[in-house]
Formats: sequence, C-alpha cells, structure tokens
Amino acid sequence: MKHLLSTEDLDRAAATSILDTADNLKRALLGREVRKLPTLRGRTVITLFYENSTRTRVSFEIAGKWMSADVINVSAGGSSVSKGESLRDTALTLAAAGADCVIVRHPASGAAHRLAGWLSAAGTSVVNAGDGMHEHPTQALLDAATLRERLGSIEGRRIAIVGDVLHSRVVRSNVHLLAALGADVVLVAPPTLLPVGVQNWPVTVSHELDAELPSLDAVMLLRVQAERMHGGFFPSAREYSIAYGLNENRLGLMPEHAVVLHPGPMLRGMEIASAVADSPRAAITDQVRNGVHLRMAVLYHLLAHEEENS
Amino acid sequence: MGIPSRGAPLARRLAVKIAEFSGVEVPTGTLDVTLYRDDLRRGPTRPLETTSLPEGGIDDRLVVLVDDVLFSGRTIRAALDALRDHGRPRAVQLAVLVDRGHRELPIRADYVGKNVPTSRTEDVAVLLDEFDGRDGVVLK
Amino acid sequence: MRPLLLKGVRPYGEGDPVDVLIRDGVIAEIGSVTADDVEVVEGSGAVLLPGFVDLHTHLREPGREDTETIETGSKAAALGGYTAVFAMANTDPIADNAVIVEHVRRRGVEVGLVDVHPVGAVTVGLKGEKLAELGTMAKSAANVRVFSDDGHCVHDPLIMRRALEYSKALDVVIAQHAEEPRLTVGAQAHEGEQAARLGLQGWPAAAEESIVARDCLLALHAEAKLHICHVSTTGTADVLKWAKARGTNVSAEVTPHHLLLTDDRLSTYDPVNKVNPPLRTGTDVQALRQALADGVIDCVATDHAPHAVQDKDCEWAAARPGMLGLQTALSVVVETMVKTGLLDWRGVARVMSERPAEIAGLPDHGRPIEVGEPANLVLVDPDATWTVRGAELASVAGNTPFEGMELPGVVTATLLRGRVTAGRIPA
Repeated sequence: MKHLLSTEDLDRAAATSILDTADNLKRALLGREVRKLPTLRGRTVITLFYENSTRTRVSFEIAGKWMSADVINVSAGGSSVSKGESLRDTALTLAAAGADCVIVRHPASGAAHRLAGWLSAAGTSVVNAGDGMHEHPTQALLDAATLRERLGSIEGRRIAIVGDVLHSRVVRSNVHLLAALGADVVLVAPPTLLPVGVQNWPVTVSHELDAELPSLDAVMLLRVQAERMHGGFFPSAREYSIAYGLNENRLGLMPEHAVVLHPGPMLRGMEIASAVADSPRAAITDQVRNGVHLRMAVLYHLLAHEEENS
Repeated sequence: MGIPSRGAPLARRLAVKIAEFSGVEVPTGTLDVTLYRDDLRRGPTRPLETTSLPEGGIDDRLVVLVDDVLFSGRTIRAALDALRDHGRPRAVQLAVLVDRGHRELPIRADYVGKNVPTSRTEDVAVLLDEFDGRDGVVLK
Repeated sequence: MRPLLLKGVRPYGEGDPVDVLIRDGVIAEIGSVTADDVEVVEGSGAVLLPGFVDLHTHLREPGREDTETIETGSKAAALGGYTAVFAMANTDPIADNAVIVEHVRRRGVEVGLVDVHPVGAVTVGLKGEKLAELGTMAKSAANVRVFSDDGHCVHDPLIMRRALEYSKALDVVIAQHAEEPRLTVGAQAHEGEQAARLGLQGWPAAAEESIVARDCLLALHAEAKLHICHVSTTGTADVLKWAKARGTNVSAEVTPHHLLLTDDRLSTYDPVNKVNPPLRTGTDVQALRQALADGVIDCVATDHAPHAVQDKDCEWAAARPGMLGLQTALSVVVETMVKTGLLDWRGVARVMSERPAEIAGLPDHGRPIEVGEPANLVLVDPDATWTVRGAELASVAGNTPFEGMELPGVVTATLLRGRVTAGRIPA
C-alpha cells in the first residue's frame, strides 16, 4: 500500500489486515510503561491541515510518535500556506524537504488524490485525513475497529448511520468499508441530507429512526454542523433533534448489545443526548483510543515496508 | 518466551517437558519482534504476531527466548530490544532448535537442539505439528 | 491574389469529386475546371463544407493573454475549420461597452485569420442587475449581433424579460447561460451518482432546465429571439422541443464535450474535466446527440475556454471550469454524430456552419457551396485520424480533455474569403 486515500480502494482482506495490525499494536502496547516502538525511526511524517481538527491531527501525531517517526505539524494558519501558495507547491516543498508521508486534511474533495499524484515521483506516501465531503478513511477504519471490539465481528451486523449523510466524508468512508466487511448498513436522514444518487450505494435508506432501532447492532451518529442548521436543510434544530436525535428512550428501543458511535465532536442535546453519550453503551472514547492504534497501523502499512511493486 | 511464529509452540513444548522432567511449572509467553526488526523495509508488509507476557511479567526473572532457527542473529537482536521495552529481566538466555551458522551479530545460543552446518543459499525449514501437520526439519 | 483551384473535392461529401475555382474571394466555377495561372490544391476527394461558425468561444483578450490571445485563438479557430467565431464578453475588462467590443473586433481584423465577432454583455459587469448599453454596442463599429452574460446566468426574470424585449428593436439575439444560481451554490459536478460518490457538490439538471423553461416562456411572451448556450441535459432538450413546437423563437447549442464525455471521467479529480455546465451522464449524452440530429438543438458551439496550468493543476474545487474546443470540435462531431450515422456531411454543415450563421445573422457565412457565394470554406479529410496533444494545439493554454485520444476527421484547409488561413496549402 502506497497511499491511503479512500476506503473504496480497500477490499476485505486489505481492511482486515489493517484492523488486525491495529489490534496487535493495541495489545503490544497494553500496560507498557514505554509506549514507544522503534519501527519508524528515521521516517518523517508531516501532517498538513487546511482545516482545524485537534482530534484527528493529535491522533496522527501520537500515532507517529509512538512509532518513533519524526512528526511535523503544518497548519494552514502558520505557514506559507496562508500566503496563498498552491497546494501543489506546498506538497512538492514538503516532499523535497524529505517527507516520507504527508497526512492531509483539506476542504476540497479529492485533494488527497491530487496530492498523491503530484507526490508519486517523490515516493512520498499520502494519507487522506479528510477531504471535503469525500472521505475520511482512518475514521471509518477506527469505527470498524471499535465495532469489531464491541460486537466481536462486523459480518452480517446491522449498522445505522444517522444524520447529515450529504455532506459527510465519514459516511462515504464508512459505507464502503462496512460494505466490504459484510455489514448491513442503513442510512437514516431527512431527504434533504441524502445525496442524489444514494440509491446506488450498497445501503438501505430510511427516514424513520424509530423503525430501525430495534434491529440495530450499532448506531453511528453524525454531527450536525451549524451551517446546515441555517442552510434550510431542515426546519429547526428542535425538529431535527425530535426526529433524529438519540435520546434515552430511543436507546431503550435498541437491543441490549447495540453500540453507539459518534466521530465527534458531539453536539450534546442535538444529535445525541448527554445521558446517551455518557452511557456504557456509547463507545465514543473507545473510538478515540482505537484511533491512535489504527493510525499507527496505517503508518506501519504505508511506511514500514518497501513498496510491493519494487 | 517463544518468538512467533514457530518459536511460540516450541516454547510451550519446552515448558511441558521441563514440567515432566523436573516438576517445575515454567510460565510461558510469546514475544513478537516484528516492530523491532531492522530489515522491515527490505520486504513486503509483515503481519504482526501476538506478544503475551508470562503471568507475573518478566522483571527480575530469568527469561529464555525460544526460536526455531538461529541464523544471522538479527531476530534475536530485535527480541532483546523488544524485551527491554517490556521490563528488566534478571538474565536472558536463548534456546533454538537448529543453529545453522552464518551469524552477522555477536550472538550465540545457550541451548541448541542441533547444529546444522549449511551454505548461505540453503534454506532450513522447521515443521511443527501445530502449523504443518507434522514435526520435522527440512534442508533445501 | 492568384485564383485558387480546389481539384477533386466533394461538396458536402456527396457525389463524384469536382473542381472548385475561387477567384476574388468568391466561388467562380464548380465542375471540371481547367485554368491557367492558378494555385492548385489537390483535394484527393476531401469533403468540402462551408466554413464553421462558433457561437461560443473565449479568446481571453483582453485580460488573460497568458492563456489565449485573439491571435492564438484565431489560429486555433482556423486550424479547426472555423471562419467566424463569437468571442464571449467575460474578458477583463468585461465587454459590456462599445470600447471593448470595438477593440476585440479590430484585433480580429488585424489578425485576419477568422472573423472575430465580439459578444456583448447583457448586463453591466455581468452582474445581472442592470442592462448594458446593448444599442450602443449593436450600432458600434463592432456591430454586435449576440449578447450574453455567459459564465453567469441572467437569473433575474425581470432583467431577462427586459433584455429580450429590448433586443427586438436591435434585431440581436440574447444567449443565455442557463443556470439557476440558487440551485448551484458551490456546485462542482453533475448532481448524480458520481458526485455523490466523489463528495462533489451537485449541479442539478433542474438548475439548467428551469431557466430554459422560464426563458422560453419569456421569449414567447416578448416575441423575442432567444439562444440557449451549452445545453447539457435530457430535460433541456425536452423543454426546447416543447417550446419550439409552441412557436418560440429559440435556438440552442451543444458543446462537443457534452456530446462525447460523461461524468465517469471525474474519478481522478483531474480538473481538466471540470466545465460549466458539468459533464453529465451517458443518458444525457445520447439525448443530446439525438436532439442535435433532430434539429431540436440547432448547432454545435465549442465553449472553447483556455485556462492557465495553475488554474487547472490544482484541487478540483479551486480549478476554473472550461476546456479547449476549437481544434477538436469537428473531430468530436465526426466521432459522435457522423460515425454513429446520426448526421451526414450536409448535417455537419448545418450544425457547424449554416445554423450558427443564421442564428447570429451573419450574411457571409454558412452559405451554400454555389457559384457566386463567398469562399468561406473548409476542406476535411474524413478518413484520416489524429491524436490530440494539448501541447501541440495553437492555443496558449493546453487544457484539452481529449488529450491522447485518437479522433477521426482532419481539417486539411480553411479558406476565409478565398484566402487559406490554415492547412498545408501555400497561402
């Protein structure tokens, strides 16, 4: 694997292999005082973030550091990026400076694909840490790792993803990955927050959360962004919360074993009630914890080996 | 502590034998050294194996590393590094089923099943019932 | 200038090869011609058509001479078989006044490879708020015949109504870039399966169709002449058919890229495929071809849009929309319309030359190939193929989506009033 741009590129074997590595890394580090592995010593990893994201950037940074890579953070605010340098020039500069891997977050869909194209000659790996409304593959992988941990397996499990499907890169990554892993995915959202063309995705679509809850093994809630609330996608935050928010009553409609996931940051009281977020059924902090191991696994698969075609 | 993959069942078998001969129950574990190897970048992606410390950990204890074949010594170097991250044993020893020579590091085994002189181009494969359906050592 | 004798050419690709003698810029004789002291061009059975007319091109001068100039654009046009092109108003400064349109017209004449007709803006600054001085531009030396805010939709229905009404007194045509802006805020790609998969904000077909329907109703009401730019959807073709059946004076163009390419190409996120309106689905492509064959869509126009490397070799959302088209238009039409049996060469003459000349009211272009007619002609080798290389095209920019494609139909010569403006023939 040279780049991780999209979960659409991962078949079941490739995805499972990354999840297994993450599992093993988690166990390898369990209870250790020194949480540092020498595996990526001398490798330089750059996080290039054009959008704010403490959560994802820190997770990648810790992952890289625990693998002994040199991790350098570049954010759009504090570099030549803010002076109008093109993405291409920035990427080529980082590669020329010796980056082995660029982890990129960008508001434009496809930015990571473009970056991978520009950097192919330099041999630099690219990890997509979220590109516009397209994909966020490590988020989906850590979600899958968390589901596997909580449910034992993903094959045949029924998983609902609830909320702003239209604008969500997390959804696109999860739909591909969960389909590859054999899950039965149902997207629950008002029609205004579903993309035209969703009928061709390997999912079922529903507008009624309550009807889906009793058959679910897991529910994944998406953040409702402030600009959507004012964008006329639904009448009001209150109405959205009434129809699609996960409150305690709804939690009660789900089977005992069913898990609640949220990629964060959460809007408590909107898409998720506080009591649900803090309940033992919620795996939200597990997701964050697994995120580090998962991203270590991704770096391991990208950087610890020679390219398979060389 | 067996080094996966084939060192792990060998370690368990040794523990059983020690119990039979001496009545002493020796705790076992496995130690995956993949993340500590210095030759990772020379091959395709290696899947990680399991590390499980023996009950009670390894601090201040005598740890015997067990592997199937001792060759360049690089796996054992990686194992010593890995071990250091898990604790501080009183002493570390090495047991191997086959020592085929051609060391590249100043490492030697404390216990050797059999010394088998080989050429560099030959391949020594240890077969174990747990993996291969039969026990044996094949020289190719 | 010595007379020119085209030997062994087939007008409209029909019948046995004939000779065509051109003297003083006019077709002087057709048949078996023997003449002395003439420049002889061996036609070798090539197809002779009236010179092409492009109602929709961006020559970028003034303002973006780093991507195209009237000179390089004219060369590209001549090489593509064009004898007249209409240069859109979205230059910098914008062609919303007589000074700019006269400048463009004059530069076109100076270059002299193709008749460059400036398109005037419908509204001041293309802002859609206030009518530009259409009358002054129409009556200027540039003699503007077509007005368009292309790149922007004249979205305010009242402004559009006034523009249509006002245009009647000038006998000019309003060409609409049909895109309801409220439905395409941030739009990046055809709203459908591909955009959903790639996470690109959708450009719904209805945003085009609703404006076309509205403007057809307004044009009928105002009894004015309306032209629809770059039709891209099945629904628009349906609306046009309905509107024409009701007697609306509406014409429409389709671009070569919408006849050949689909949004399947977007998977790479290479912005060379970014264009406005966006590449649509295979179903739309088929419907557009059929509509062009049936005359529901009147003509082919290139929407030739050169862009600098830095405006294309970037992330998708940051890239400028548009594609080169002048030198590839004929070949794409041959590939999509002639090879498929939808059009014969007379049909090609209709959609590439006669109808666009008629829509814009050009008296000297798109004329029959007959004695006494102006020698605005193009000679096409129908059997030859060529491979498109952006770097080898005459435009300054190289943003062709057809890069590396082998396409049929090669322009061997273009004649503007009897003078060879492109081709292997000595001028």
